[in-house]
Amino acid sequence: MDHPSVVTLDKDSAPRTVFSGDRLVDIDLPAGTRVIYPKPALKPLPDVDAAIRYAINHPEGSAPLYAKLRPGMKVTIAIDDISLPLPPMKRPDVRERVLTIVLALLADHGVDDVHLIVATGLHRRMKPHEIRHMVGDKIYDAYAPHRLYNHDAEDKQNLVVIGETESGEVIELNRRAAESDLLIYCNLNFVPMNGGYKSVAVGLTSYRSMRYHHNPQTIRASDSYMDPRKSRLAHDIARSGKVVHEALDIFNIETTVNNQMFDPSLSFLCKNEDELSSREKALLRATVAATARLPQPLRHTVFDKFPAPYGVTGVWAGEVGAVHEKVIERSFEQYMVPFDGQVDVLVCPIPFISPYNVHAFLNPLLVSVMAQGYLFNMYRNKPLLKQGGTLIITHPMTDKFDHEQHAPYIDFVHRILPETRDAMRMMHHYEEKFASDPAFIQMFRSGYAYHPSHPFFMWYWGENGRQHAGKVIVVGADNEYIPKLFGYETAPNMDEALYQARGGQTKSQEIACLHVPPIVMADVR
Amino acid sequence: MAASYFDVDGTLVSTNLVQPTLYYLANLGTPLKSLKSLGGAFLKAPAMALAEVRDRRLFNELLYSAYAGVSEDRLEVLSREVYENVLRPALYPFAQDLVHQAKRAGHEVVLLSGALEVVVRHLAQALGADHVIANRLELKDRVATGKILRPVVAGPTKARLLAEHARTGGHDLAECYAYSDSYSDVPMLSVVGHPAAVNPDKKLALLAEAYSWPTLQLSAATEARSRAVF
Repeated sequence: MDHPSVVTLDKDSAPRTVFSGDRLVDIDLPAGTRVIYPKPALKPLPDVDAAIRYAINHPEGSAPLYAKLRPGMKVTIAIDDISLPLPPMKRPDVRERVLTIVLALLADHGVDDVHLIVATGLHRRMKPHEIRHMVGDKIYDAYAPHRLYNHDAEDKQNLVVIGETESGEVIELNRRAAESDLLIYCNLNFVPMNGGYKSVAVGLTSYRSMRYHHNPQTIRASDSYMDPRKSRLAHDIARSGKVVHEALDIFNIETTVNNQMFDPSLSFLCKNEDELSSREKALLRATVAATARLPQPLRHTVFDKFPAPYGVTGVWAGEVGAVHEKVIERSFEQYMVPFDGQVDVLVCPIPFISPYNVHAFLNPLLVSVMAQGYLFNMYRNKPLLKQGGTLIITHPMTDKFDHEQHAPYIDFVHRILPETRDAMRMMHHYEEKFASDPAFIQMFRSGYAYHPSHPFFMWYWGENGRQHAGKVIVVGADNEYIPKLFGYETAPNMDEALYQARGGQTKSQEIACLHVPPIVMADVR
Repeated sequence: MAASYFDVDGTLVSTNLVQPTLYYLANLGTPLKSLKSLGGAFLKAPAMALAEVRDRRLFNELLYSAYAGVSEDRLEVLSREVYENVLRPALYPFAQDLVHQAKRAGHEVVLLSGALEVVVRHLAQALGADHVIANRLELKDRVATGKILRPVVAGPTKARLLAEHARTGGHDLAECYAYSDSYSDVPMLSVVGHPAAVNPDKKLALLAEAYSWPTLQLSAATEARSRAVF
């Protein structure tokens, strides 16, 4: 018996309506295809503020926060950046709620020397209005810019070596955080890959220290990186994280949100198309027609305008390992859908957003990360796709990049990819030189660009999907050149893509479709 | 080894060629001399404004004609003051970082400027640049004639000088970097493999976007920089 979120199509089933970038398109999938829908949103906590207070007063494996405070001490609070949740959360963001309570507690205990640092790692700096959205007006006005700012992973003077792992990996950290008497990390966990040791060991570190785990070998050995227990990435980051947590006094506060990505009025976007009411069907048809007719920039603006009404489903605080166990459990409870067997063909619609293009266009490299990285890894136990199977994605793969945020990506796609798609060769021959490019470093530090190593990491992020899938077929590409550059085939429609996946044979295939967004993960039995 | 070529005015400092010139002319030993030189410069202002939009080389020639009669000693003595009082305060917050980043990447750093070499070399020293290619005044009997020595460092000539320097230094142009704020420097930006627009004017900003050249704002007062200042 299939889980209620797994719908097996029959010959009378309606077409599935899925994202293809910032458009909604209808795709015809054959009878027998199993479509995996996101689970209904978990019920949010009735009183989030009370849950935060309870968590910091009754922490996991640690003394309560108040017991760690003394007047005059130096405290740094690090916060996750805007790469999650997606889209950004409706105000108040849960981070604002946590910070409000924590800052009041610090003030009550005579702790005045407090800095708030957005733990951007090698992501782009957050803009002032984005930080304001995240922490709220009151905190922003009180602390920015001198006591509330982005981490700068290239500010050599403000990085400090705090130790080495047993393998000799040098761990550099933000100086202010490292020299504080107490570091409080305020996290929002969006996917199971987030949080835990990754928060500090990635968010507040440098390129030099991140290379130990952000590399092709680590990703290839991760099965999957959305399942921390089987993720080599999580394991390697924990190795660095343990050095950090031994050197510093860190109090972790982690939160989880539910699946409520769309406003309730748009809930038809994640329902079984055969079970829509007449009104919902009409709304869906109107939305499909609108996205087909609106010009691209306007479509993007429309989707960008609506923050998500995520509900907070859990708050835990204390020692990182103990806290993260609880977080992963709640995260799986929301996302994991049991699924029987692996499939020959996995259909993954690619939406307009990813963690790395907030308020920007989803460029082709990020499309590939979504496909062979994030969506491929949305499984537990076994990959949803059989080894050598076909991944079909829906996206135009337009040769377009955000000039401000993704300048290094442009060079990566148009200079490196024509030379090689071999991740190991990229790492050995190009990565370091690219990562020290003075112009890109400056754009990273004084502008809003991603670090020049980031496009490499994004390529590596797709490495286990790349090694596993036999081929990738893009349905709806608006050009041939870019998919070819990535090693993908193209097809004008789903029928043709499935024909290509069969290699022109008439053999039957097991097909599954991940009906994302919102997020769904397959627990493959 | 690669080289990084930096335009100076508008790119690393917020001043233009006129401000150092006015400083020089206003400090010529006697008030009468200064008044006379400044008066002459103001009379040429309309012609310079026209030349600025039509021919960058002609603009430089008109501007530097104001130096006629200034002694070599005076040029030398005032150059440190011009740097201290005009250029240094106008240095963009991230200029030093960008030059340091280029040095860390192992690049030879060259300042390539239409300004006077005698002034730019102080900036080069402060920034840690390796070499200066800039304009030099013609001297006769140790007094400036008001002419500049050929080649005039401006517009397309900058591209030629950059390529010559790269060839002499054994640098592969495809590996070299160039930075400028001005559309008039598109020839210089176009000959290297890694051009970048810095605090670009409108026309250069559009071109940089069309060609996907990195665009940098060295004037951006980010929170990190403001923290360092306070």
